[in-house]
Amino acid sequence: MSLTAKILESLVAKRRLFGIAALLFMAGLIIVDWLKEPAYSRFFWDGIGGFAAIYGFLACLVILGVAKALGYWLVYRKRDYYARYGEATDD
Amino acid sequence: MIDWLHPSVLLMLGMLPLIWLRGRARQIWQVTLPAIILGLITTLAAGSQLSLSFMGLELTPLRVDKLSLVFAYVIGIILIIGNIFALQVEDRAQHIAAGLYGASALGVVLAGDLVTLYVFWEIMMIASVWLIWRRKTPIAYEAGMRYLLVHALGGMLLFVGVIGYYLATGSVAFEKIDVDGWAFWLILIAFLINAAVPPLHAWLPDAYPEATVTGTVFLSALTTKTAVYTLMRGYPGLELLLWLGVAMTLYGVIYATLINDIRRLLSYHIISQVGYMVAGVGMGTALALNGTAAHAFTHILYKALLLMGAGAVLQMTGRSRMSDLGGLYRYMPMTFLLYMVGALSISAFPLFSGFVSKTMIVEAAAVDYRGVVYLLMLLAACGTFLSTGLKLPYFTFFGKDSGLRPKEPPINMQIAMGIAAALCFLIGIFPGALYAILPFPVDYNAYTLSHLLKELQLLFFVGLGFVVVIRYAGGKDYIALDVDWLYRGPGRRLVIHTRNMIAEANHDVRAEFMRFLAKLQTRLGKAHLDGSLLRTWATGSMALWTALVLALVLVLTLGT
Repeated sequence: MSLTAKILESLVAKRRLFGIAALLFMAGLIIVDWLKEPAYSRFFWDGIGGFAAIYGFLACLVILGVAKALGYWLVYRKRDYYARYGEATDD
Repeated sequence: MIDWLHPSVLLMLGMLPLIWLRGRARQIWQVTLPAIILGLITTLAAGSQLSLSFMGLELTPLRVDKLSLVFAYVIGIILIIGNIFALQVEDRAQHIAAGLYGASALGVVLAGDLVTLYVFWEIMMIASVWLIWRRKTPIAYEAGMRYLLVHALGGMLLFVGVIGYYLATGSVAFEKIDVDGWAFWLILIAFLINAAVPPLHAWLPDAYPEATVTGTVFLSALTTKTAVYTLMRGYPGLELLLWLGVAMTLYGVIYATLINDIRRLLSYHIISQVGYMVAGVGMGTALALNGTAAHAFTHILYKALLLMGAGAVLQMTGRSRMSDLGGLYRYMPMTFLLYMVGALSISAFPLFSGFVSKTMIVEAAAVDYRGVVYLLMLLAACGTFLSTGLKLPYFTFFGKDSGLRPKEPPINMQIAMGIAAALCFLIGIFPGALYAILPFPVDYNAYTLSHLLKELQLLFFVGLGFVVVIRYAGGKDYIALDVDWLYRGPGRRLVIHTRNMIAEANHDVRAEFMRFLAKLQTRLGKAHLDGSLLRTWATGSMALWTALVLALVLVLTLGT
C-alpha cells in the first residue's frame, strides 16, 4: 500500500474525531452568523443567523426526496430497457 | 502579435504530422503543438482582427476581444491537459479528432462573423463524434449516431438562421443578434442545443459517458462552453435565458441524483453548471456576464478533472457504475485526492476555483434583488455538492469493499489531473489573475466573511444531510429515462414503421408496374411488333445514350 493510501487510511480510522470536529465547527459557524451584524439587507433571510445552514440541510433532503420520487414513479427502468427498441446492450 | 496567423488553422495543420509520427515522437508533438497554440493565443491582442471578402460577404475569421480571449485561453489550456491525459492511447484517429475538435472550438470563439462560426460549428460536430465512436462498442456507435443526428439538426437550424439574419440585416457580422422574426429563434435554438438546455439536452448525458476515457475530457470542455460563448455574444440580457438557466441547474442536479454511472452523473452536472452560465447570460449585467465567463473558465478545468478521475476509475477497473464500485481509496488514493479537488471546486468550496466564479453569478442575482433565482441557484449548489462531492466519491472510493484491487492510472494521466487540480486550487486562492482577463472590470470579492459563512454553512449542512440519509443515497442499478426516450423509444419505432410502410408501398408499386409492362409486352407481341425498344440493352450503349442526352441538356441549358 502506498504512503498516500496509508495516510488516508489513518485519517479514515479517526473519522469519529473528524465528525465531532466538523459538528463543533458547524455549531461555531451558526453562532458567528447569529452574532454578526448582517452584511446585506437585500432579502428577508439576510437577517436570520444560520439561514444557510437550515437551507443546506433541507436542500439535501428535498433534492434526494424529489429525485427518488421522480425515479421510482416515472423514470427508473432496468438497465437493458432500450434493448426492446433494438438498441445494443452491454450485458 | 501575429494577427494573420489563425490559431485554429495552425492547429489543424499541426495535426497532420500525427498521421505518421509514432511512439515518443508522437507523444512529444501531441503536447508541444497545443502548447505552441496556447503561446500563440497569448500573443493575440484584444482589438485585433483578420478580415477578408469572400463571394461578396465581409468575413472576419479572427476577431479578438476580451470575451473571445477568456474562452480561447482556457481552450488552449485544456487542449494541453487533455492531450497529456491521452498520451498513452495509441489511436491516431482519436488524437486527430481531438485536435480538430479543439481547433474548431477555437475557431468558433474567435469567429467574428456567422459564416465562419457556422463552418467551425459543423467541423466541431464531425470531429467530436469520433471521440465517441473510437470507444469501439456498439453502444458507443449508436450513442454517437444519435449525437450526430441531434447536432446535424442544430447545424441546419443555425445555417437557415444565418441566412435569415443576412436577409434581414444585410450583414453576417457576429454581434448581438438583434433581429425580429424566425432568424433570431433559429440561431438561438441552435445555440441552446449545443449548450444542452433542456429539453434539448438529452444528447449530452446520452453520448458523453459512452465516449472514450480520454475523449470525454475534450467533450466536456468544448461543445457546451463554446455554446455559452455564442449565447454571451449573441443574446446577453435575454430574460428567457435566465429562467432556462435556473431550470437547467436544477434539472441537472435532480437527474444526477438518480444516476448510477459515474461518468453519466458527471455529465448531468455539466448541464447543471452550464445552467449557471446560461442564467448569467440571461441576467446580462456586467457582474453576471463576468461570472459567466469566469465560471466557464473554471468549469472547463474542474469538470475535466472530475471526468479524468472518473475515467481513470473506469480505465483501471473496467467499471463505471457506482453500485459495482467501492473501497477504491486504498488502491487509487492519488486519483481520489485529485478527484476531490475537482469535487470541491465544482461545489464552490472556499479556496477552490468554483467559489470565486459560481458565487459571482449568484451574487449577480442577489444584487438585482432576484430572490427566487438566488434561492434556486443555492438549491442547485447544494445538490452539486451532494452528488459530486459526497455521493460519488463516497460510494466509489469508500463505502462497501467491491473487491476491486486496481492500480493507479498511468503517470501521464496523474500528471494531467495534477495540472488541472493545481489550476483549480490556484484560481481559488488567487482569483485576481482570472478576474483580470474577464470581459468587464471586476468589482467583486468572493472572500468576505459573509460569503464564507454562507457557503460553509450551506456545504457543511448538506454534508450533515447526507450522513442522515446515506442509506438511501447509494447508486441504484437502474437507468433513468430522459427526453431522449422520445426518439430512442417511440420515435425510433415510428421511423422504422414508416420506413417499412414506404418500402412495402414501393415494392407494391414496382410489382404493379412490372405487371403492366409484362401485359404491354404481351399485347405488343400479339400486335406482331418486334419489341426492340423493350429488349434488354447493353450497358455500354445505355451509357452512350445517357451521355448524349446529358450533352444535349447541357447545350440547351447553356444556350438559355
